[in-house]
Amino acid sequence: MKNSKKRILFGEYIVGSGLAAALKLKPKEVVNEVKKSELRGRGGAGFPTGLKWESAAVQKADQKFIICNADEGEPGTFKDRLLLMEHPGKILEGMAIAGYAIGAHHGIIYLRGEYVYLKKGIEERIDHMKATNLLGDKILGKRFNFDVEIRLGAGAYVCGEEFALIESLNGRRGEPRNKPPFPTEKGYLDKPTVVQNVETLCYVPYIIANGAEWFRTHGTMKSTGTKLFSISGDVENPGVYEVELGITVRELLEMVGAKDTKAVQVGGASGICVSEKDFDKPIAFEGLPPGGSIIVFNHSRKMLHVLENFMEFFVEESCGQCTPCREGNYRLLEGVRLLKKGDCTVAYLRDLMELARVMQISSKCGLGQMSPNPFISIIENFKDEILYS
Amino acid sequence: MFECQRNEIQQEVNTIVRKYGRTRNYLLPILQELNRKFSYINNYMIEAVSNALDISPAEVHGVVTFYSFLNETPKGKYIIRLCKTISCDMAGKDRIVRVLEKELGISFGETTKDGLFSLEYTNCIGMCSEGPAMLVNEEVYSKLCPEKVVDILEFYKNGARKRA
Ligand code: SF4
Ligand code: FES
Repeated sequence: MKNSKKRILFGEYIVGSGLAAALKLKPKEVVNEVKKSELRGRGGAGFPTGLKWESAAVQKADQKFIICNADEGEPGTFKDRLLLMEHPGKILEGMAIAGYAIGAHHGIIYLRGEYVYLKKGIEERIDHMKATNLLGDKILGKRFNFDVEIRLGAGAYVCGEEFALIESLNGRRGEPRNKPPFPTEKGYLDKPTVVQNVETLCYVPYIIANGAEWFRTHGTMKSTGTKLFSISGDVENPGVYEVELGITVRELLEMVGAKDTKAVQVGGASGICVSEKDFDKPIAFEGLPPGGSIIVFNHSRKMLHVLENFMEFFVEESCGQCTPCREGNYRLLEGVRLLKKGDCTVAYLRDLMELARVMQISSKCGLGQMSPNPFISIIENFKDEILYS
Repeated sequence: MFECQRNEIQQEVNTIVRKYGRTRNYLLPILQELNRKFSYINNYMIEAVSNALDISPAEVHGVVTFYSFLNETPKGKYIIRLCKTISCDMAGKDRIVRVLEKELGISFGETTKDGLFSLEYTNCIGMCSEGPAMLVNEEVYSKLCPEKVVDILEFYKNGARKRA
Protein backbone atom coordinates (compact mmCIF):
# COMPACT_ATOMS: atom_id res chain seq x y z
CA MET A 1 0.00 0.00 0.00
CA LYS A 2 2.74 2.37 1.01
CA ASN A 3 4.54 1.84 -2.24
CA SER A 4 1.97 3.70 -4.29
CA LYS A 5 4.14 6.10 -6.22
CA LYS A 6 2.84 9.39 -4.90
CA ARG A 7 5.15 12.34 -5.33
CA ILE A 8 4.93 15.96 -4.27
CA LEU A 9 8.30 17.68 -4.41
CA PHE A 10 9.46 15.60 -7.36
CA GLY A 11 6.10 15.93 -9.09
CA GLU A 12 4.48 18.68 -11.15
CA TYR A 13 4.51 22.28 -10.05
CA ILE A 14 3.63 25.59 -11.65
CA VAL A 15 6.05 28.31 -10.54
CA GLY A 16 4.35 31.03 -8.52
CA SER A 17 1.01 29.23 -8.18
CA GLY A 18 1.38 28.71 -4.43
CA LEU A 19 2.36 32.29 -3.78
CA ALA A 20 -0.41 33.64 -6.01
CA ALA A 21 -2.98 31.50 -4.19
CA ALA A 22 -1.64 32.61 -0.80
CA LEU A 23 -1.86 36.30 -1.64
CA LYS A 24 -5.53 35.88 -2.50
CA LEU A 25 -6.18 34.67 1.06
CA LYS A 26 -5.95 36.54 4.35
CA PRO A 27 -2.73 35.79 6.28
CA LYS A 28 -4.80 34.02 8.90
CA GLU A 29 -6.34 31.75 6.29
CA VAL A 30 -2.88 30.78 5.08
CA VAL A 31 -1.89 29.82 8.63
CA ASN A 32 -5.08 27.80 8.97
CA GLU A 33 -4.53 25.93 5.73
CA VAL A 34 -1.02 24.93 6.82
CA LYS A 35 -2.40 23.92 10.21
CA LYS A 36 -5.06 21.77 8.56
CA SER A 37 -2.46 20.06 6.38
CA GLU A 38 -0.77 18.83 9.56
CA LEU A 39 2.60 19.43 7.96
CA ARG A 40 5.38 18.80 10.46
CA GLY A 41 8.96 20.03 10.36
CA ARG A 42 11.15 17.88 8.13
CA GLY A 43 14.40 18.69 9.92
CA GLY A 44 13.92 15.89 12.43
CA ALA A 45 12.14 17.39 15.44
CA GLY A 46 8.76 17.33 13.68
CA PHE A 47 7.12 20.36 15.25
CA PRO A 48 3.77 21.21 13.59
CA THR A 49 4.50 23.98 11.07
CA GLY A 50 1.10 25.68 11.31
CA LEU A 51 1.33 26.02 15.10
CA LYS A 52 4.77 27.59 14.80
CA TRP A 53 3.44 30.13 12.31
CA GLU A 54 0.43 30.88 14.45
CA SER A 55 2.51 31.66 17.51
CA ALA A 56 4.68 34.05 15.47
CA ALA A 57 1.68 35.60 13.72
CA VAL A 58 0.02 36.69 16.96
CA GLN A 59 3.15 38.52 18.20
CA LYS A 60 3.14 42.29 17.94
CA ALA A 61 6.50 43.52 16.68
CA ASP A 62 7.91 46.09 14.27
CA GLN A 63 9.91 43.37 12.54
CA LYS A 64 9.63 39.61 12.12
CA PHE A 65 11.83 37.12 10.32
CA ILE A 66 11.60 33.90 8.34
CA ILE A 67 14.72 31.80 8.46
CA CYS A 68 15.39 28.87 6.21
CA ASN A 69 17.57 26.37 8.02
CA ALA A 70 19.95 25.15 5.30
CA ASP A 71 22.53 23.92 7.77
CA GLU A 72 22.07 20.31 6.75
CA GLY A 73 24.74 18.44 8.70
CA GLU A 74 23.23 15.23 9.99
CA PRO A 75 25.52 12.41 8.85
CA GLY A 76 23.98 10.63 5.89
CA THR A 77 21.67 13.49 4.88
CA PHE A 78 21.94 15.26 1.54
CA LYS A 79 18.35 15.89 0.42
CA ASP A 80 18.49 19.60 1.29
CA ARG A 81 21.57 20.00 -0.88
CA LEU A 82 19.56 18.58 -3.77
CA LEU A 83 16.64 20.94 -3.09
CA LEU A 84 18.95 23.95 -2.78
CA MET A 85 20.59 23.00 -6.03
CA GLU A 86 17.59 21.95 -8.13
CA HIS A 87 14.51 23.50 -6.51
CA PRO A 88 15.57 26.84 -4.94
CA GLY A 89 12.43 28.51 -6.30
CA LYS A 90 10.16 26.32 -4.16
CA ILE A 91 12.17 27.16 -1.06
CA LEU A 92 11.98 30.90 -1.75
CA GLU A 93 8.29 30.73 -2.54
CA GLY A 94 7.69 28.83 0.71
CA MET A 95 9.60 31.52 2.60
CA ALA A 96 7.57 34.32 1.01
CA ILE A 97 4.29 32.54 1.83
CA ALA A 98 5.46 32.06 5.43
CA GLY A 99 6.42 35.75 5.55
CA TYR A 100 2.99 36.78 4.31
CA ALA A 101 1.30 34.49 6.85
CA ILE A 102 3.12 35.82 9.92
CA GLY A 103 3.73 39.40 8.77
CA ALA A 104 7.48 39.23 8.03
CA HIS A 105 9.18 41.07 5.19
CA HIS A 106 12.64 39.69 5.49
CA GLY A 107 13.95 36.17 5.01
CA ILE A 108 17.37 34.69 5.65
CA ILE A 109 18.77 31.47 4.27
CA TYR A 110 21.36 30.14 6.70
CA LEU A 111 23.49 28.05 4.35
CA ARG A 112 26.09 25.76 5.87
CA GLY A 113 29.64 26.81 5.02
CA GLU A 114 30.29 23.45 3.38
CA TYR A 115 27.59 24.30 0.78
CA VAL A 116 29.01 27.69 -0.22
CA TYR A 117 29.24 26.46 -3.83
CA LEU A 118 25.43 26.48 -3.94
CA LYS A 119 25.21 30.16 -3.09
CA LYS A 120 25.51 31.49 -6.62
CA GLY A 121 22.66 29.39 -7.96
CA ILE A 122 20.34 30.49 -5.15
CA GLU A 123 21.28 34.13 -5.69
CA GLU A 124 20.48 33.82 -9.36
CA ARG A 125 17.09 32.38 -8.50
CA ILE A 126 16.44 35.27 -6.09
CA ASP A 127 17.30 37.77 -8.84
CA HIS A 128 15.10 35.95 -11.30
CA MET A 129 12.17 35.92 -8.90
CA LYS A 130 12.64 39.62 -8.26
CA ALA A 131 12.59 40.24 -12.00
CA THR A 132 9.35 38.25 -12.33
CA ASN A 133 7.78 39.97 -9.31
CA LEU A 134 7.70 36.88 -7.08
CA LEU A 135 10.05 38.54 -4.59
CA GLY A 136 10.87 42.13 -3.76
CA ASP A 137 8.37 44.99 -3.58
CA LYS A 138 4.62 44.67 -4.25
CA ILE A 139 4.76 40.98 -5.01
CA LEU A 140 2.35 40.02 -7.82
CA GLY A 141 0.92 43.51 -7.57
CA LYS A 142 -0.28 43.02 -3.97
CA ARG A 143 0.72 45.09 -0.99
CA PHE A 144 3.31 42.64 0.23
CA ASN A 145 7.11 43.05 0.19
CA PHE A 146 9.56 40.27 0.88
CA ASP A 147 13.29 39.99 0.32
CA VAL A 148 15.77 37.22 1.05
CA GLU A 149 19.39 37.31 2.13
CA ILE A 150 21.86 34.42 2.26
CA ARG A 151 24.17 34.02 5.24
CA LEU A 152 26.87 31.39 5.58
CA GLY A 153 27.61 29.06 8.46
CA ALA A 154 31.19 28.24 9.35
CA GLY A 155 31.44 24.55 10.10
CA ALA A 156 29.41 23.78 13.22
CA TYR A 157 26.86 20.93 13.22
CA VAL A 158 25.12 22.26 16.32
CA CYS A 159 24.03 25.38 14.38
CA GLY A 160 21.35 23.20 12.81
CA GLU A 161 19.59 23.51 16.20
CA GLU A 162 17.30 26.49 15.78
CA PHE A 163 18.50 28.54 18.71
CA ALA A 164 22.17 27.90 17.98
CA LEU A 165 21.44 29.01 14.43
CA ILE A 166 19.85 32.23 15.63
CA GLU A 167 22.75 32.90 18.00
CA SER A 168 25.12 32.40 15.08
CA LEU A 169 23.16 34.94 13.02
CA ASN A 170 23.25 37.31 15.97
CA GLY A 171 27.06 37.19 15.82
CA ARG A 172 27.62 34.84 18.73
CA ARG A 173 28.89 31.36 19.44
CA GLY A 174 26.33 28.90 18.13
CA GLU A 175 25.18 27.70 21.53
CA PRO A 176 21.64 26.44 22.11
CA ARG A 177 19.76 27.95 25.02
CA ASN A 178 16.87 26.97 27.21
CA LYS A 179 13.33 27.66 26.04
CA PRO A 180 11.07 29.57 26.58
CA PRO A 181 11.23 32.17 25.23
CA PHE A 182 10.82 30.44 21.90
CA PRO A 183 12.26 31.90 18.67
CA THR A 184 8.69 32.76 17.62
CA GLU A 185 8.71 35.22 20.54
CA LYS A 186 12.35 36.26 20.70
CA GLY A 187 14.58 35.13 17.87
CA TYR A 188 16.85 36.90 15.41
CA LEU A 189 17.61 40.41 16.75
CA ASP A 190 15.20 39.46 19.55
CA LYS A 191 12.28 39.69 17.12
CA PRO A 192 9.66 36.98 16.44
CA THR A 193 11.30 34.48 14.13
CA VAL A 194 10.17 31.34 12.37
CA VAL A 195 12.93 28.86 11.59
CA GLN A 196 12.01 26.20 9.07
CA ASN A 197 13.92 23.40 7.42
CA VAL A 198 14.56 23.58 3.65
CA GLU A 199 12.34 20.62 2.85
CA THR A 200 9.46 21.82 5.03
CA LEU A 201 9.35 25.12 3.16
CA CYS A 202 9.22 23.31 -0.18
CA TYR A 203 5.89 21.65 0.69
CA VAL A 204 4.26 24.97 1.56
CA PRO A 205 3.54 26.24 -1.98
CA TYR A 206 1.97 22.87 -2.87
CA ILE A 207 -0.24 22.90 0.21
CA ILE A 208 -1.53 26.39 -0.56
CA ALA A 209 -1.97 25.72 -4.29
CA ASN A 210 -3.63 22.29 -3.94
CA GLY A 211 -5.17 22.50 -0.48
CA ALA A 212 -4.61 20.84 2.87
CA GLU A 213 -7.05 18.03 2.05
CA TRP A 214 -5.03 17.00 -0.96
CA PHE A 215 -1.81 17.01 1.08
CA ARG A 216 -3.40 14.80 3.71
CA THR A 217 -4.14 12.11 1.14
CA HIS A 218 -0.39 11.40 1.34
CA GLY A 219 1.27 9.58 4.22
CA THR A 220 -0.39 8.26 7.38
CA MET A 221 -2.95 9.71 9.79
CA LYS A 222 -0.28 11.09 12.10
CA SER A 223 2.43 11.72 9.52
CA THR A 224 0.88 13.49 6.57
CA GLY A 225 2.66 14.08 3.29
CA THR A 226 5.71 12.65 1.64
CA LYS A 227 9.32 12.80 2.78
CA LEU A 228 12.67 12.88 1.10
CA PHE A 229 15.05 10.12 2.14
CA SER A 230 18.80 10.32 1.67
CA ILE A 231 20.03 6.77 1.27
CA SER A 232 23.68 5.77 1.38
CA GLY A 233 25.94 2.92 2.44
CA ASP A 234 25.77 -0.65 1.19
CA VAL A 235 23.08 -0.31 -1.46
CA GLU A 236 23.05 -0.59 -5.22
CA ASN A 237 21.29 2.70 -5.95
CA PRO A 238 22.06 5.32 -3.32
CA GLY A 239 20.51 8.77 -3.64
CA VAL A 240 17.52 10.91 -2.72
CA TYR A 241 14.06 9.32 -2.88
CA GLU A 242 10.63 10.79 -2.25
CA VAL A 243 8.25 8.37 -0.56
CA GLU A 244 5.21 8.57 1.67
CA LEU A 245 5.75 8.58 5.40
CA GLY A 246 4.88 5.23 6.88
CA ILE A 247 7.09 3.23 4.52
CA THR A 248 8.88 0.34 6.22
CA VAL A 249 12.62 -0.17 6.37
CA ARG A 250 12.29 -3.32 4.29
CA GLU A 251 10.36 -1.53 1.55
CA LEU A 252 13.06 1.15 1.42
CA LEU A 253 15.80 -1.46 1.21
CA GLU A 254 14.04 -3.20 -1.68
CA MET A 255 13.60 0.09 -3.48
CA VAL A 256 17.33 0.90 -3.46
CA GLY A 257 18.60 -2.61 -4.08
CA ALA A 258 20.16 -3.43 -0.74
CA LYS A 259 21.40 -6.98 -0.35
CA ASP A 260 22.78 -8.89 2.61
CA THR A 261 21.74 -6.09 4.97
CA LYS A 262 22.73 -6.49 8.60
CA ALA A 263 21.79 -3.09 10.04
CA VAL A 264 20.19 0.20 9.09
CA GLN A 265 20.85 3.52 10.79
CA VAL A 266 17.53 5.37 10.60
CA GLY A 267 17.57 9.14 11.15
CA GLY A 268 21.28 9.82 10.90
CA ALA A 269 23.94 9.64 13.58
CA SER A 270 21.43 10.86 16.14
CA GLY A 271 18.84 8.34 14.99
CA ILE A 272 18.68 4.68 15.87
CA CYS A 273 20.26 1.58 14.45
CA VAL A 274 17.92 -1.30 13.72
CA SER A 275 18.58 -4.95 12.95
CA GLU A 276 16.58 -7.37 10.82
CA LYS A 277 13.92 -7.93 13.49
CA ASP A 278 12.76 -4.32 13.10
CA PHE A 279 12.84 -4.05 9.30
CA ASP A 280 9.05 -4.20 9.09
CA LYS A 281 8.53 -1.15 11.30
CA PRO A 282 7.29 1.99 9.58
CA ILE A 283 9.29 5.21 9.38
CA ALA A 284 7.00 8.02 10.54
CA PHE A 285 6.55 10.46 13.40
CA GLU A 286 4.78 7.64 15.23
CA GLY A 287 7.43 5.06 14.24
CA LEU A 288 11.16 5.03 13.52
CA PRO A 289 12.69 8.55 13.37
CA PRO A 290 11.68 10.20 10.08
CA GLY A 291 14.68 12.56 9.68
CA GLY A 292 15.32 11.00 6.29
CA SER A 293 18.91 9.81 6.64
CA ILE A 294 19.22 6.09 5.95
CA ILE A 295 22.63 4.44 6.16
CA VAL A 296 22.77 0.76 5.26
CA PHE A 297 25.35 -1.73 6.55
CA ASN A 298 25.85 -5.21 5.13
CA HIS A 299 27.19 -8.24 6.98
CA SER A 300 30.82 -7.37 6.31
CA ARG A 301 30.63 -4.25 8.53
CA LYS A 302 31.75 -4.18 12.15
CA MET A 303 29.15 -2.43 14.29
CA LEU A 304 31.68 -1.21 16.84
CA HIS A 305 33.56 0.57 14.09
CA VAL A 306 30.32 2.23 13.01
CA LEU A 307 29.54 3.24 16.58
CA GLU A 308 33.03 4.63 17.14
CA ASN A 309 32.63 6.80 14.04
CA PHE A 310 29.33 8.21 15.35
CA MET A 311 30.66 8.87 18.84
CA GLU A 312 33.74 10.65 17.46
CA PHE A 313 31.33 12.82 15.53
CA PHE A 314 29.41 13.84 18.65
CA VAL A 315 32.52 14.46 20.72
CA GLU A 316 33.72 16.86 18.04
CA GLU A 317 30.40 18.57 17.46
CA SER A 318 29.16 19.00 21.04
CA CYS A 319 29.21 22.71 21.78
CA GLY A 320 30.54 21.93 25.24
CA GLN A 321 28.08 24.11 27.05
CA CYS A 322 26.54 21.49 29.31
CA THR A 323 28.20 18.67 31.19
CA PRO A 324 26.07 15.61 30.32
CA CYS A 325 26.78 16.10 26.63
CA ARG A 326 30.36 17.37 26.76
CA GLU A 327 31.57 14.77 29.23
CA GLY A 328 29.06 12.02 28.46
CA ASN A 329 29.86 11.67 24.77
CA TYR A 330 33.54 11.54 25.61
CA ARG A 331 32.93 8.72 28.11
CA LEU A 332 30.79 6.79 25.64
CA LEU A 333 33.50 7.05 23.00
CA GLU A 334 36.09 5.87 25.49
CA GLY A 335 33.82 2.95 26.30
CA VAL A 336 33.50 1.98 22.63
CA ARG A 337 37.27 1.96 22.35
CA LEU A 338 37.55 -0.26 25.43
CA LEU A 339 35.01 -2.63 23.89
CA LYS A 340 37.04 -2.71 20.69
CA LYS A 341 40.10 -3.78 22.62
CA GLY A 342 38.04 -6.33 24.53
CA ASP A 343 38.80 -4.49 27.79
CA CYS A 344 35.29 -3.44 28.79
CA THR A 345 33.56 -5.40 31.54
CA VAL A 346 29.85 -6.05 31.32
CA ALA A 347 29.39 -4.19 34.61
CA TYR A 348 31.06 -1.07 33.20
CA LEU A 349 29.01 -1.34 30.03
CA ARG A 350 25.88 -1.28 32.20
CA ASP A 351 27.15 1.91 33.84
CA LEU A 352 27.64 3.44 30.40
CA MET A 353 24.12 2.49 29.35
CA GLU A 354 22.88 4.21 32.49
CA LEU A 355 24.96 7.29 31.63
CA ALA A 356 23.51 7.27 28.12
CA ARG A 357 19.99 7.39 29.55
CA VAL A 358 20.91 10.24 31.88
CA MET A 359 22.27 12.18 28.90
CA GLN A 360 18.97 11.70 27.06
CA ILE A 361 17.02 13.47 29.76
CA SER A 362 19.52 15.96 31.16
CA SER A 363 21.19 17.48 28.09
CA LYS A 364 20.21 20.97 27.12
CA CYS A 365 19.54 20.49 23.41
CA GLY A 366 18.76 17.81 20.87
CA LEU A 367 22.40 17.05 20.19
CA GLY A 368 23.09 15.75 23.68
CA GLN A 369 19.63 14.23 24.02
CA MET A 370 19.96 12.21 20.82
CA SER A 371 23.68 11.40 20.73
CA PRO A 372 23.21 8.38 23.03
CA ASN A 373 20.70 6.87 20.55
CA PRO A 374 23.23 5.08 18.35
CA PHE A 375 25.12 3.91 21.43
CA ILE A 376 22.08 2.39 23.09
CA SER A 377 20.60 0.89 19.92
CA ILE A 378 23.82 -0.58 18.56
CA ILE A 379 24.80 -2.12 21.89
CA GLU A 380 21.30 -3.53 22.42
CA ASN A 381 20.70 -4.81 18.91
CA PHE A 382 24.15 -6.23 18.29
CA LYS A 383 25.13 -7.41 21.73
CA ASP A 384 26.27 -10.84 20.58
CA GLU A 385 28.61 -9.42 17.98
CA ILE A 386 29.96 -6.75 20.32
CA LEU A 387 30.39 -8.65 23.57
CA TYR A 388 30.73 -12.30 22.73
CA SER A 389 32.51 -12.65 19.42
CA MET B 1 54.20 42.10 13.90
CA PHE B 2 55.48 44.67 11.42
CA GLU B 3 53.95 48.11 11.18
CA CYS B 4 53.02 47.57 7.52
CA GLN B 5 51.18 44.32 8.30
CA ARG B 6 49.23 46.05 11.01
CA ASN B 7 48.26 48.81 8.63
CA GLU B 8 47.15 46.29 6.07
CA ILE B 9 44.98 44.51 8.62
CA GLN B 10 43.50 47.74 9.93
CA GLN B 11 42.64 48.86 6.42
CA GLU B 12 41.08 45.56 5.55
CA VAL B 13 39.01 45.57 8.73
CA ASN B 14 37.85 49.11 7.99
CA THR B 15 36.75 48.18 4.48
CA ILE B 16 34.91 45.05 5.57
CA VAL B 17 33.19 46.73 8.51
CA ARG B 18 32.09 49.57 6.27
CA LYS B 19 30.52 47.02 3.93
CA TYR B 20 28.46 45.27 6.63
CA GLY B 21 27.88 48.08 9.10
CA ARG B 22 28.95 48.25 12.72
CA THR B 23 26.35 45.86 14.06
CA ARG B 24 27.04 42.75 16.06
CA ASN B 25 24.85 40.51 13.95
CA TYR B 26 27.31 40.80 11.06
CA LEU B 27 30.26 39.65 13.16
CA LEU B 28 30.38 36.23 11.53
CA PRO B 29 30.38 37.50 7.91
CA ILE B 30 33.10 40.00 8.88
CA LEU B 31 35.27 37.28 10.39
CA GLN B 32 34.61 35.01 7.41
CA GLU B 33 35.93 37.64 5.02
CA LEU B 34 39.04 38.23 7.10
CA ASN B 35 39.60 34.50 7.28
CA ARG B 36 39.29 34.19 3.52
CA LYS B 37 41.68 37.07 2.91
CA PHE B 38 44.45 36.18 5.41
CA SER B 39 43.77 32.41 5.79
CA TYR B 40 43.48 32.89 9.56
CA ILE B 41 42.46 35.33 12.26
CA ASN B 42 45.12 36.55 14.69
CA ASN B 43 44.88 38.56 17.90
CA TYR B 44 45.52 41.82 16.15
CA MET B 45 42.58 41.24 13.83
CA ILE B 46 40.41 40.27 16.79
CA GLU B 47 41.29 43.54 18.49
CA ALA B 48 40.66 45.59 15.37
CA VAL B 49 37.23 43.99 14.91
CA SER B 50 36.29 44.36 18.56
CA ASN B 51 37.21 48.06 18.43
CA ALA B 52 35.24 48.59 15.25
CA LEU B 53 32.09 46.89 16.57
CA ASP B 54 32.55 48.00 20.16
CA ILE B 55 32.38 44.54 21.69
CA SER B 56 34.89 42.86 23.97
CA PRO B 57 37.85 41.08 22.33
CA ALA B 58 37.06 38.05 24.49
CA GLU B 59 33.64 37.82 22.79
CA VAL B 60 35.17 38.02 19.34
CA HIS B 61 37.78 35.46 20.30
CA GLY B 62 35.03 33.19 21.61
CA VAL B 63 33.33 33.31 18.22
CA VAL B 64 36.56 32.64 16.32
CA THR B 65 37.32 29.54 18.37
CA PHE B 66 33.78 28.20 18.07
CA TYR B 67 33.60 27.72 14.30
CA SER B 68 35.84 25.14 12.70
CA PHE B 69 36.09 27.09 9.42
CA LEU B 70 37.65 30.09 11.19
CA ASN B 71 41.35 29.38 11.64
CA GLU B 72 43.52 30.54 14.49
CA THR B 73 46.78 29.69 12.75
CA PRO B 74 47.86 30.36 9.14
CA LYS B 75 46.72 27.72 6.66
CA GLY B 76 47.73 26.75 3.16
CA LYS B 77 46.32 28.50 0.15
CA TYR B 78 44.15 25.46 -0.50
CA ILE B 79 42.54 23.71 2.44
CA ILE B 80 41.61 20.14 1.67
CA ARG B 81 38.86 18.84 3.93
CA LEU B 82 38.25 15.12 3.58
CA CYS B 83 35.01 13.73 4.96
CA LYS B 84 35.62 11.07 7.59
CA THR B 85 32.00 10.29 8.49
CA ILE B 86 30.64 6.77 8.16
CA SER B 87 29.31 6.63 4.57
CA CYS B 88 32.53 8.04 3.14
CA ASP B 89 34.49 5.84 5.51
CA MET B 90 32.73 2.76 4.12
CA ALA B 91 33.27 3.98 0.58
CA GLY B 92 37.02 3.84 1.04
CA LYS B 93 38.11 7.04 2.77
CA ASP B 94 41.29 5.41 4.14
CA ARG B 95 42.65 4.86 0.65
CA ILE B 96 42.23 8.55 -0.05
CA VAL B 97 43.95 9.46 3.22
CA ARG B 98 47.01 7.48 2.15
CA VAL B 99 47.19 9.04 -1.32
CA LEU B 100 46.83 12.58 0.00
CA GLU B 101 49.46 12.12 2.67
CA LYS B 102 51.88 10.45 0.31
CA GLU B 103 51.50 12.86 -2.61
CA LEU B 104 51.76 15.95 -0.41
CA GLY B 105 54.37 14.55 1.99
CA ILE B 106 52.45 15.73 5.06
CA SER B 107 50.03 14.26 7.59
CA PHE B 108 46.49 15.38 8.31
CA GLY B 109 46.54 18.55 10.41
CA GLU B 110 49.65 19.84 8.60
CA THR B 111 50.42 22.35 5.86
CA THR B 112 52.92 21.81 3.03
CA LYS B 113 56.20 23.75 3.26
CA ASP B 114 55.38 25.81 0.17
CA GLY B 115 52.20 26.97 1.90
CA LEU B 116 50.00 25.58 -0.87
CA PHE B 117 47.98 22.82 0.83
CA SER B 118 46.60 22.08 4.28
CA LEU B 119 45.10 18.67 5.05
CA GLU B 120 42.15 18.42 7.39
CA TYR B 121 39.32 16.10 8.21
CA THR B 122 35.73 17.26 8.24
CA ASN B 123 32.43 15.69 9.15
CA CYS B 124 29.68 14.80 6.67
CA ILE B 125 29.51 17.29 3.78
CA GLY B 126 26.29 15.97 2.23
CA MET B 127 27.86 13.83 -0.51
CA CYS B 128 27.24 10.53 1.28
CA SER B 129 25.86 8.74 -1.79
CA GLU B 130 28.96 9.68 -3.76
CA GLY B 131 31.75 9.02 -1.29
CA PRO B 132 34.57 9.37 -0.64
CA ALA B 133 34.19 13.13 -0.85
CA MET B 134 36.21 16.21 0.02
CA LEU B 135 36.19 19.98 -0.21
CA VAL B 136 39.07 22.02 -1.60
CA ASN B 137 38.37 25.53 -0.34
CA GLU B 138 34.88 26.15 -1.74
CA GLU B 139 34.73 23.34 -4.31
CA VAL B 140 33.38 19.86 -3.69
CA TYR B 141 34.82 16.64 -5.17
CA SER B 142 33.14 13.26 -4.89
CA LYS B 143 33.58 9.62 -5.94
CA LEU B 144 37.28 10.01 -5.25
CA CYS B 145 39.82 7.41 -6.28
CA PRO B 146 43.61 7.69 -6.04
CA GLU B 147 44.12 8.74 -9.68
CA LYS B 148 41.42 11.38 -9.43
CA VAL B 149 42.98 12.81 -6.27
CA VAL B 150 46.33 13.19 -8.02
CA ASP B 151 44.62 15.01 -10.92
CA ILE B 152 42.92 17.38 -8.50
CA LEU B 153 46.19 18.16 -6.73
CA GLU B 154 47.89 18.79 -10.10
CA PHE B 155 45.10 21.15 -11.07
CA TYR B 156 45.61 23.29 -7.99
CA LYS B 157 49.39 23.18 -8.24
CA ASN B 158 49.19 24.43 -11.83
CA GLY B 159 46.61 27.05 -11.04
CA ALA B 160 48.77 28.34 -8.25
CA ARG B 161 51.79 28.47 -10.54
CA LYS B 162 49.91 30.38 -13.19
CA ARG B 163 48.60 32.93 -10.75
CA ALA B 164 51.97 33.42 -8.96
S1 SF4 C 1 23.49 19.18 24.69
FE1 SF4 C 1 25.58 19.36 23.84
S2 SF4 C 1 25.36 20.61 22.03
FE2 SF4 C 1 23.48 20.89 23.24
S3 SF4 C 1 23.88 22.66 24.53
FE3 SF4 C 1 24.54 20.90 25.72
S4 SF4 C 1 26.75 20.68 25.22
FE4 SF4 C 1 25.85 22.03 23.67
S1 FES D 1 29.44 10.76 5.04
FE1 FES D 1 30.88 11.82 3.80
S2 FES D 1 29.63 13.25 2.86
FE2 FES D 1 28.22 12.34 4.23
